[in-house]
Amino acid sequence: MVKALKAFGGGVKPGHHKGTSEHATVIMPLPSKVIIPMLQHVGTPCIPIVKKGDRVLAGQKIGDSDKMISAPVHSSVSGIVSDVRPALLSAGFEVMAVEIEPDGLQKVHESVRPPECTDRDSLVKCIREAGLIGLGGAGFPTSVKLSPPPGKTLDILLINGAECEPYITSDFREMMENPEGIIEGTKKIMEITGARKAYICIESNKPEASEKIAGLLKGSDNVDVVRLRTRYPQGGEKQLIYAVTGRKVPSGKLPSDVGVLVQNVGTAAFIAEFLKTGMPLIKRKITVDGGAIARPMNVEVLVGTPLREVFDFCGGFKKEPRKIIMGGPMMGVAQFSLDTPLLKQNNALLALTEEEASEAPESVCIHCGKCVAACPISLLPLYINSCMNLGNFEEVEKYHVSDCMECGCCSYVCPASRHLVQSIRYGKAELRKLDLQKKAGAQKQAEAKQAEAQKQTDTNEQGGEDRNGK
Amino acid sequence: MGNNLLAGSSPHIKSGTSTADIMLDVVLALMPAAAASVYFFGLRAALLIIVTVFSCVISEYVYCWLAKKPDPISDYSAVVTGMLLAFNLSPAVPVWIAVIGGVFAIIIVKQLFGGLGHNFVNPALAARAFMLASWPVQMTTWITPGQSSDAVSSATPLALIKAGSEATGTLPGYWDLFIGNIGGTIGETSALALLIGAAYLLVKRVISLEIPLAFIGTVGVMSWIFGGQHPFTGDFVYNILSGGLILGAFFMATDYTTSPVTSKGRLLMGFGCGLMTSIIRLFGGYPEGVSYAILLMNLTVPLIDRYMIPRSFGGAVRNV
Repeated sequence: MVKALKAFGGGVKPGHHKGTSEHATVIMPLPSKVIIPMLQHVGTPCIPIVKKGDRVLAGQKIGDSDKMISAPVHSSVSGIVSDVRPALLSAGFEVMAVEIEPDGLQKVHESVRPPECTDRDSLVKCIREAGLIGLGGAGFPTSVKLSPPPGKTLDILLINGAECEPYITSDFREMMENPEGIIEGTKKIMEITGARKAYICIESNKPEASEKIAGLLKGSDNVDVVRLRTRYPQGGEKQLIYAVTGRKVPSGKLPSDVGVLVQNVGTAAFIAEFLKTGMPLIKRKITVDGGAIARPMNVEVLVGTPLREVFDFCGGFKKEPRKIIMGGPMMGVAQFSLDTPLLKQNNALLALTEEEASEAPESVCIHCGKCVAACPISLLPLYINSCMNLGNFEEVEKYHVSDCMECGCCSYVCPASRHLVQSIRYGKAELRKLDLQKKAGAQKQAEAKQAEAQKQTDTNEQGGEDRNGK
Repeated sequence: MGNNLLAGSSPHIKSGTSTADIMLDVVLALMPAAAASVYFFGLRAALLIIVTVFSCVISEYVYCWLAKKPDPISDYSAVVTGMLLAFNLSPAVPVWIAVIGGVFAIIIVKQLFGGLGHNFVNPALAARAFMLASWPVQMTTWITPGQSSDAVSSATPLALIKAGSEATGTLPGYWDLFIGNIGGTIGETSALALLIGAAYLLVKRVISLEIPLAFIGTVGVMSWIFGGQHPFTGDFVYNILSGGLILGAFFMATDYTTSPVTSKGRLLMGFGCGLMTSIIRLFGGYPEGVSYAILLMNLTVPLIDRYMIPRSFGGAVRNV
């Protein structure tokens, strides 16, 4: 076991609330229906390849896309497709979703068998077919991360078990219950990417997990455990890379630009399991917690299970929930309905009570600079906020707004409860719009110029012809 | 949607520290100095503190009521301004002057510019500057510690130094300077009590060390170089402990609204404060320069923040 090399700047120390860390993962029985949206990852949505009335089996592919940054989706149950319809996601837009009524048999599709992968390319292809995305929360397709652009070599692999968000313990449970799988997956990823060294990175508040894995790693010299400082957002990709390797990912670049690949512990464990069974990503471990939950616990849930049924399985609500969050309290997405389904990238489901969810009304900025001190990216959230409030969209570019990863530290510490991350998100969106406009404008100009030039040549040619004719 | 769910943006939890909590911490941190002032200058110091606090709070309340601004005094910032204003007054100041000072600080300096978070200079210091210009005699009449409030004595240690080297025989010793057994304004004299309060603010992370360290360090170096008969012979310990430096560096220059938000900006502000204080003390007409130095540097804060935008994480490489 080694200690982290560096400490990232900024960050906050929210209360841990890791009350479920001693609860072994419980497998939830089949739900009454599953709703499987075609977008459960960062990238292009899939197109459904089944229709209403079709019979599907567990592990059968039901949606795919030919775009590079995408991941196919699979049925998590065997049963009948009851509907294929647009569904409103919590992100605020509609995508197609396949609704399936399970038949209770949970018959597995014939395509589910251990993949025969021999070389790197076929392995990456298999992993894409498995629908695997980063299980840490962001949901970026794993196959894309495993194939860095040509000319870039990955030499260090980081397996992210930091789990810096409060409440969540699903990764911790994975490390306690399946350390062998994580190590196996880690070695597999090293094989695929050619990384010469791998570190399994765990925050110092989970000594049991780091000791357990370090014990299993005795004798292997290219995989090691790193003990990280417990501080949010230690598990942020760029923060983690800096802490462990001392390398800074340049603004606007990817980890592969500094030769590093980061994968979540769950992702590594899935790869090991998948190569044995061939079962695509149709279930995952999540933490169900929050003051409103009767029996907080870690559950293994099928993808597409309606949130309501997950809560019911955990004993329902003991208090009225005021906020339902998919993910952690710092970066998770609040849900407006209990009928939305659980997605591949969800690692937690929280139900907060009125008390836990209440927010003080926004008051004036007192210029205290706490947001500046807390920002792990060294931004000035207060000034971005005031630019956005003034509608000064072009000015925010000067404040490096696009570098923000929306970790929420600024809003967390703000004594005036100002909506800092919110305005930064807004700023990023406006900036993207401006950029698109600029690009469109430039294109139009170029087209106009080309048309002009074309006209010119046309007349010239005509003139030439004329002359020739004379 | 038929349910009662909040769908706000992340983060969904907060640190729980509010503006009012911060202000209360500052009030608490000013208490040791307030107690020391009562010990050395008697109940008159307590009276003046109470009067300025009430003057500030009532001014704030009345102004906000007239301007129809919501919830005016629940953040306790007027209490902080009131205490700091009292700390900047001589214990011999007539009560009516103190009342006017409070009204000026809150209404003219703070509220007319938009209220909390919008004033461009420190309200307490601006009020002190206004009072010093309006009632120079009353504002610079000092009391010897331990005497009854009518016993008007000579001068502050800095004024003694300014008067010339003949007077040095009557200068109080280091220990008296440190604990506050000297002439001066209500809150500035006891370095010990102020440092206790400052330590509390540092531990609670209400303030950071950049401004105080740069401020005091610069004054120390400047007075060591230029403060003596020959260069590099100045008594910097004496210069640091006397006057309003400790009060100014830890409690006034660190005022949120009128200080920069970045570490580098804060260092610059502290350095500028120290430089100006030293120049006024060593070469200017006044014996004391802390409050004017802070006021002047307050004006540079928007510029410092505007032109000292830090590089974002990983941003350095991009620029290469």
